[in-house]
Amino acid sequence: MANDHIDLTVEPGEVHALLGENGAGKSTLMNQLYGLLQPDEGEVLVDGVARTFRSPRDAIAAGIGMVHQHFMLVPVFTVAENIALGAEKARAGFLDRRRARREVLEVSERYGLPVDPDALVENLPVGAQQRVEIVKALTRDVDLLILDEPTAVLTPQETGELLEVMRGLAAAGKSIVFITHKLKEVKEIADRITVIRRGRTVSSVPPETPEEELASLMVGRAVNLEITKAPAEPGREVLKISGLIVDDDRGVRAVDGVDLVVRAGEVLGVAGVQGNGQTELVEAVMGLREPRAGTIQVDNEDLIGMTTKHILRSGVGYVPEDRSHDGVVKEFTVAENLVLDQYDRAPYGNAWRLNPAAVATAARERVEQFDIRTSSPDATVSTLSGGNQQKVVVARELSRPLRLFIAAQPTRGVDVGSIEFIHGRIVRERDVGTAVLVVSSELDEVAGLADRIAVMYRGRILAIVSPDTPREEIGLLMAGITEPTAAPATPADGGDPASEGPAGDDADDDVDGHGVAEKGIK
Amino acid sequence: MSTTEQSESQPSPTTATAANPTPTTAPARFWDRQRRLGVGVVLIGLIATVVFGPLAPSKTARFTLSEDAAGAALSINGQLGTILFGLVAVVAGGVLLAGLARRFQTTVLSLGILGFVLSFLCWQVAGKFLPLVDTASGTLQLAVPLVLGALAGVLGERSGVVNVAIEGQFLMGAFGAALVGTMATSVWLGLFSAAIGGVLIAAILAVLAIRYLVDQVVVGIVLNLLALGMTGFLYERLMQTDAQSYNQPPRMPEWRIPGLADIPVVGPVLFDTNLLVWLALILVFVIHFALTRTRWGLRTRAVGEHPTAADTVGIRVRGLRYLNVLLGGVIAGAGGAYFTLVATGSFNKNMTAGAGFIALAALIFGRWTPFGALGAALFFGFAQKLATYLSVAGSSVPSQFLNMLPYLATIIAVAGLVGRVRAPAADGQPYIKS
Repeated sequence: MANDHIDLTVEPGEVHALLGENGAGKSTLMNQLYGLLQPDEGEVLVDGVARTFRSPRDAIAAGIGMVHQHFMLVPVFTVAENIALGAEKARAGFLDRRRARREVLEVSERYGLPVDPDALVENLPVGAQQRVEIVKALTRDVDLLILDEPTAVLTPQETGELLEVMRGLAAAGKSIVFITHKLKEVKEIADRITVIRRGRTVSSVPPETPEEELASLMVGRAVNLEITKAPAEPGREVLKISGLIVDDDRGVRAVDGVDLVVRAGEVLGVAGVQGNGQTELVEAVMGLREPRAGTIQVDNEDLIGMTTKHILRSGVGYVPEDRSHDGVVKEFTVAENLVLDQYDRAPYGNAWRLNPAAVATAARERVEQFDIRTSSPDATVSTLSGGNQQKVVVARELSRPLRLFIAAQPTRGVDVGSIEFIHGRIVRERDVGTAVLVVSSELDEVAGLADRIAVMYRGRILAIVSPDTPREEIGLLMAGITEPTAAPATPADGGDPASEGPAGDDADDDVDGHGVAEKGIK
Repeated sequence: MSTTEQSESQPSPTTATAANPTPTTAPARFWDRQRRLGVGVVLIGLIATVVFGPLAPSKTARFTLSEDAAGAALSINGQLGTILFGLVAVVAGGVLLAGLARRFQTTVLSLGILGFVLSFLCWQVAGKFLPLVDTASGTLQLAVPLVLGALAGVLGERSGVVNVAIEGQFLMGAFGAALVGTMATSVWLGLFSAAIGGVLIAAILAVLAIRYLVDQVVVGIVLNLLALGMTGFLYERLMQTDAQSYNQPPRMPEWRIPGLADIPVVGPVLFDTNLLVWLALILVFVIHFALTRTRWGLRTRAVGEHPTAADTVGIRVRGLRYLNVLLGGVIAGAGGAYFTLVATGSFNKNMTAGAGFIALAALIFGRWTPFGALGAALFFGFAQKLATYLSVAGSSVPSQFLNMLPYLATIIAVAGLVGRVRAPAADGQPYIKS
């Protein structure tokens, strides 16, 4: 059961935050409100009238709009087409495109949400796609707008702008339900906060509630938000990347001349908004993507050209960013997943056969060591919660001697308890002298774990800074803005300086100023 | 706008946007698509020049502008033409290979292929004649069922349902047209029941694929076998025993549009023909405009690309998919009627002989667009027509080679060698509400 007798009241003109951990049931609740799911029990009242929403059509008719966490935009359509879809105006049977464009521009102007009606959605950065989603909801004359984890993909600056837009909408009399698990934002914007835990409303509190209290309401016990670790003792250079250039699936430059060194016994954190080349960088190191140029070395041994299996066996541990896709085989058991990389080696088996007894013994040990909550090692991984699935991946990767450990988005979609545990293991791995590379789009996570932070923007490392650097400064770097004054303590380790021409040189560049919002991604 | 003010009011006047992309110069991949294509075109050009050239007899090749040997003709020495057009292909390939004229890549490519085809024709026709009007009208006629079948595919697949059952819809259409056409002694009732036959197959496909989420390709193949078995059985038990009452449908009349039909070459091909030809051509236009300009089209494409997005704005995803698959059934069924009401005048066991799969190939080769499908169908029709010509003319080249062409072309297209083939993103994926 995802929702268990939840009560929620949203007043007109109010920003109502719905706070809860991943999997607490926030999205399920909102999907019912938007007609995508039907409740088994209970009712929805809009302006005091009971309504049943059998489909999103009913919800839209009742004045409810929703911006989904994963945007509901057709990539190959233009902005105007996406916004018109489902509420198309036709003239003599044909689509009235001019009117669709005009409507988009009107709404975009009225609420200060700049969008280009003729741009193809697939070419837009994430921040702009989100504005399209909001405009799409507003053209449908909604009174209640649901924003599901809207800040997950934004830079701190873009987040600031979004909060501004939300304030404006609330002032215009719209009600907003803001779903998130980020405490800072909630405190900044919400008029009221409802905390949900395991499908139940825990309490409804005012925004003045201290962060620690919100966190413990969310998790159900006192939590330690800080990551404690001793100062790093960096040793030899383990991972050396120089002049790395990698293209993405569409052939667009994703990693654009990266030089990076990770030493033994340190955690290098890569910060940056999702989609600035982090994925491709890690895939290139793991041999999953062929680089166009550059070198990647682990202890002076070239990785380029090696198979992924070979790289893993040479002492590189890898937690992929997309757990369910690349991290585990969901249909396999926990035990099988724990030996996915070593099934053909002693003691687990050889080229011809598996040794089930050894696999089972190892699985029991790991389940114990890594606190994997499963009914049995023989349960399929799909029956585990996200956090425990991730622990399976971490357990597998940390079960062999490593020289380099790469963790991409190690705690995405993971509950707070498991986050604490996984962070602890990463720090422990550093302390035994492994070089650790952590990639995360959560700035808090990078700042907490890393001994040095490399900020990645549009395929380049803009700067390497210490984790004590003020958030605002890192935030600006994530948006591609470098301040010369910030340089001294932090030697910039960007790409080829010769090619860094003056800004604003070509069409693919945005106009400065509001460009900050545009520069999220791609 | 608030964002502008915000970023301008940042406390740091020294702020500069960093490192904006003049992407670092990586060694550009030399063997890009154009160069790879160039190699292929040069190779076929060389084959034409060096192999076809010497083989071609040095006799006049006549391309007559009529349906037989009579009248005006374009003439050229066979050997000369073979070598000349072969060289055209070589040059076109060379241009591609040298990385020149990138903006006109498609044009140059077409020129190269055209050169090869003409070279081949000069070789084959040397010392003989090829009636152009007959070739053109034959090409169009052969393309008609392919166009209709491919359009059925367009409707289904643009909304996200893969239709491999075009062959089965053809067979049911052909059978229905023959049976009902004979019993009712009416071409039009025959055509109507052909559409019904196509819809029957489409309905099974739709229900299994949309309602019961069965793998669409598997269902399609099974439906083809079902149609083959069923029509084959009824043919043997019913039609063969009494062909007079069950398998002699009236032929579709040819209509001549006065005036227009007198235009040389184009007239007899386009304006002195049967209704199905016009239907196919008109449908290409209608479906193209409907897909791009109407509410139905926008929604169809949305459902085929991102069904969840369509659902969240209140579009009935499954309903639209049912509608499109069934409409496709009507069109493919009508395409099946071509075989009995136009081409042969009676039904025969497995008479479509894989035409449905060629239609499917035309759909893919034409990149899921109506006009693309038309172009591909005409190309395939031409290949078939040429194959018949070759076997009649007693050519040394086995006609089977030309019959392979559609499949070969499709493999090349799907392998991504000619342009990027991008299917609708949700093609073949059943929509399940989360």
